[in-house]
Parts: sequence; structure tokens; C-alpha cells
Amino acid sequence: MRFVSLASRNFKELYREPVSILLGLLMPAGLLVLFALIGKNVHLDIFTPDMLTPGVTIFSFAFLIMFSAVLLSKDRQSAFLLRLLTTPLKPVDFILAYFVPYIPFALLQILVCFAVGILLGAAYSVLNVVLSLVVILPMALVCIGIGMILGSLLSEGQISAIGSMLITAISIFGGIWMDLQMVGGIFEEISYALPFAHGVDAARNILAGTGLGNVATHLYWVYGYAVILFVLGILSFRYKTASN
Amino acid sequence: MNKVFNKENGDEEHNAIQTINLSKRYGDFVAVDGINLEIKKGELFSILGPNGAGKTTTIKILSCLLLPTEGTAKIMGYDIKENPQLIKEIIDVSPQETAIAGHLNAWENLVLMGGIYGLEKKETEKRARELLDLLDLPGREKEQVRKYSGGMKRRLSIAMAMMSDPQVLFLDEPTLGLDPQARKAMWEKIEGLKGKKTIVLTTHYLEEADALADRIAILKAGKIIAIDTPDELKNNSKSMQSIAIKTKNISDDVVKGIKEMYSDVVFKANKIEIKARKLNVDKIVDYLRSNEVNIEGISMKEPSLDDVFLELTGEGGNQ
Repeated sequence: MRFVSLASRNFKELYREPVSILLGLLMPAGLLVLFALIGKNVHLDIFTPDMLTPGVTIFSFAFLIMFSAVLLSKDRQSAFLLRLLTTPLKPVDFILAYFVPYIPFALLQILVCFAVGILLGAAYSVLNVVLSLVVILPMALVCIGIGMILGSLLSEGQISAIGSMLITAISIFGGIWMDLQMVGGIFEEISYALPFAHGVDAARNILAGTGLGNVATHLYWVYGYAVILFVLGILSFRYKTASN
Repeated sequence: MNKVFNKENGDEEHNAIQTINLSKRYGDFVAVDGINLEIKKGELFSILGPNGAGKTTTIKILSCLLLPTEGTAKIMGYDIKENPQLIKEIIDVSPQETAIAGHLNAWENLVLMGGIYGLEKKETEKRARELLDLLDLPGREKEQVRKYSGGMKRRLSIAMAMMSDPQVLFLDEPTLGLDPQARKAMWEKIEGLKGKKTIVLTTHYLEEADALADRIAILKAGKIIAIDTPDELKNNSKSMQSIAIKTKNISDDVVKGIKEMYSDVVFKANKIEIKARKLNVDKIVDYLRSNEVNIEGISMKEPSLDDVFLELTGEGGNQ
């Protein structure tokens, strides 16, 4: 249980940085309000609170990529990680310590986005909200996995540049603000080759009451990506620490 | 002077560290080249060498961060290849760069290390309190450490390495970047640990090694080229002793007489300077007095560790 000490430190590093809280919580909530207001005027299905809420929730996890990547990269570059590697912590302790602290934050993001969505008029049953976690939480895992890969391999400056591109890419290819089937073509193919659109579609369908059976294909994509990215995150971390 | 241990089975009872033909290669580049040394329990052992000599690689191997390409090392009897996890329980490392958690305060940083080493909460808090007293952070214990000065961060970084009460402590450039006062204070703290812990110190400050180390190993191109006590290194040095004698009434004949005794003699502005590997000061003074030379002042300079270092590694080091 030695990982708890390091996880607790990582938790504090995240929560004592007010910019993290503001970016990760307030920005998605603000975007949700903004697009819902636009939706009132343009009357597009995609801009209704019911459709926007799961999309923006998954979009908010893009900030988890940045947070997890920056902390890991900073620790690597500042020799703090080097110090930790000389301690009795085992590889599994590191993985847990750099993963677990983001779960409460992801839950907080879900809570804030759903609270704002419901206030704006989204109508979901409690059961469907709970069921939607089956796809929303693995999407958080996907993002933390990407963060671990970036944090293991890149410098803080590189992460800032690539992270911004990733946030934009998730926003576009996740189908959060647009109907991907209407756009069609190569854009749609790319979107559905990535996990974000599958995650958003699955969450929207579950919240609309279609049940899990109808979103099985989307779930396979999300779970597959979650496992692959998480394993790649672990491998990147181990590769980089072994070559220190 | 080049007394390098080369035993397969060292004195494990008294040795904290033993390396056996320890080598590390990266492709064709040899970072550490067959190092054999023994460091006794409670000894403060310093590793010196120019940049790229293999100091940090050696420390990384001994602290189980890197595996050697050849050979092995034993820390308190445990082999670094076979028992790295056991070794990590009994060592601690203060890295060259300050390694602290910036958003935590000093207390939290210390408690973090206690938790990582699996100490009981009571024991962790006891040690953290003791170390906090040593840290000299008046009124700033609860402040996030990213706001500390460089010296305060450095002291905390070293204190964190002492939280586990390690049997072997690796200090990599502990005073790098500190001002002279902070450096002196750090020396006192390290001196206070002498005899209680085995300490391996790497440093670029030769006077630091001279003041603190029981023994010094000098590395060049991955090899130990000298290993001894600071005094013995200086005594065995080929560097010159020098003496400067200020006189009033020295004649050319007297200077000629001294030149017959020593080859390196300079006489300028009533001051005679003599350099030799071994100077017989009594003989020089007696000679001057017997010739009724009025001596106004004498200053003598012994070879320093800097001289020894430059002599052994060359002016340009490895670069």
C-alpha cells in the first residue's frame, strides 16, 4: 500500500493548482451553457442539453490528458521521479499512484457536467445516468492512458503544444458539436476509428434509454482503446524509467 | 597511491559497498570500466572526477537505477542484480538536482518519504519533526516548497533522503549551486552524519571532498585512477611544495647557493621563491641565517587536492 503515499502527493499536486480546477471543471461547464444557449436559437438536435451533456463530459476528460501528462513529465524532468525510482516502490505502485488521483477528478467532472446539463433541461432517468458510467468512466481511462504515454515520452513544453492539438482533435472527432454522419466521408471514418465518437454515441444512446445491448459495438471500441492505451501508458513509463 | 581493491570476496562484515569489476557500456562508449572498490561501514567516501568520468553512472548502478553490463556490486552484502528491492529498502539517494514535490510543504514532503518507505505513522512523524528542526526553515514549514529559496530546497531534498534512516546514503553534488554560507552549513550537517551512516558523496568542489571525506576515489574515463585518504593523495602527489621567503639583504652568492640545493628558484624584489616536490624548510632557513640574511616573512604552500586532481586527470579532464 506504499503507493497511497505517492498517490496522495499526486492528488495534492493536482488539486492545489487552481488553474487545473478552473480548466477542468469550469471550462466544460461554460461550453455546455454556451452551446445550449446557441441551441435554443438554431434548434439543432445536437445542441440540446440531452445531447450536449454526455459529449461535453467526455470532452472534459481531454484535460485529464494534460494534467496527468504534465505532472509525470515534470517529475521526470525535475529528478523527483529519479528519487522515487531509488525507493522500494514497485512498478505497480507507480502505475497506481499516477492513475488513481485522476479518478475522483473525473467523477467531479461528470458530476459538474451532469448537474449543469440537468439545470439546462436535460432529462435523464437515474438508472440511465448510472448505466452511462459504463462508457463514460472507461473514456476517462482512455484519456489518463494517453496522458501517461505523453508524460513518459515528452517534455512539458512538447506536451503543451501536443495537448492543445489533442483537445481540439477530441472536440472535432468526438462529434460533440456536430453530427458526424452528416459530415460523412473520410472525416467520419477517422472519427469512428478513434474512441471518442464511439464513447459519445454510446453515452447519448444509453442516456436516451436504448440500453447497453444496442451500444455493444461502441463499447467494444471504447474498452479496446482503454486497455490498449492504458497498457501503452504503462509500457511507455517503464521504457522511459528503464532508460534513465 | 593507486591502491585499488580487487578481491572477489571482500570483507562483507565490514564493507557497506563492494564493487567487483563493475562496468557499464553504451554501445562502444565505456561509461564505467571495471571498477573494484570497497567502502567500509560508516565511511564517508567521495567520488571525484571530471565531467563524463562515470561518477553519476556509478551512483546510478549502486542505487539500482541501472544494471551493469559486466561485474556486480554488493550493498550491505546484497547483490544489486539479485536483490535490488532489498537494497532499495536500506539505501537512499539525494539526486544532483533538487528533487522535491513543489506543491507540498516541507512537512508533507518528509511524511511522503516516510510513507513510501513503509514507516509507521508515529515513526514517520517523529523523524519528520527531528529533520524539520534541522532544516532551519523559520516560520515557513507550512508554505509550499516551490516558494523556497534554492538553499532551502536543497536542504529539504537532502533531509528527504534521510527520512528512511538509510544505512547507505548517496549524496550526488549536495551543495551544487549553494552560496558559501549555505554550503558551509550543509558541510556541518553532513559531518554530523559521519560514522553513523555510510555516505557516498560525489562533488565537483574538491575542498568539499577534502574537508569531509575519509577516503577519495578519483575517476577518469570510467576507471579509478587513485584511491586514498585526502592527506595521502596530497602527500603522494607529484605536485610541488612551494615556499616564499621575504628578505632584506640577500646577496647573489646566497641565491646561487640555494639554486645549488633546488633547481626551481626565482629571486625577485627581495623575495625568493623555491619550488620542489619535497622542501626541507629547516635546511633553507638555517642556510639563510648562517649567511646572515634577515628573514622578514615566510609563506609556504602545500599541494592542494585541486593540484592532485589536475595532476591525475589532466587540465582538460575528459573533455
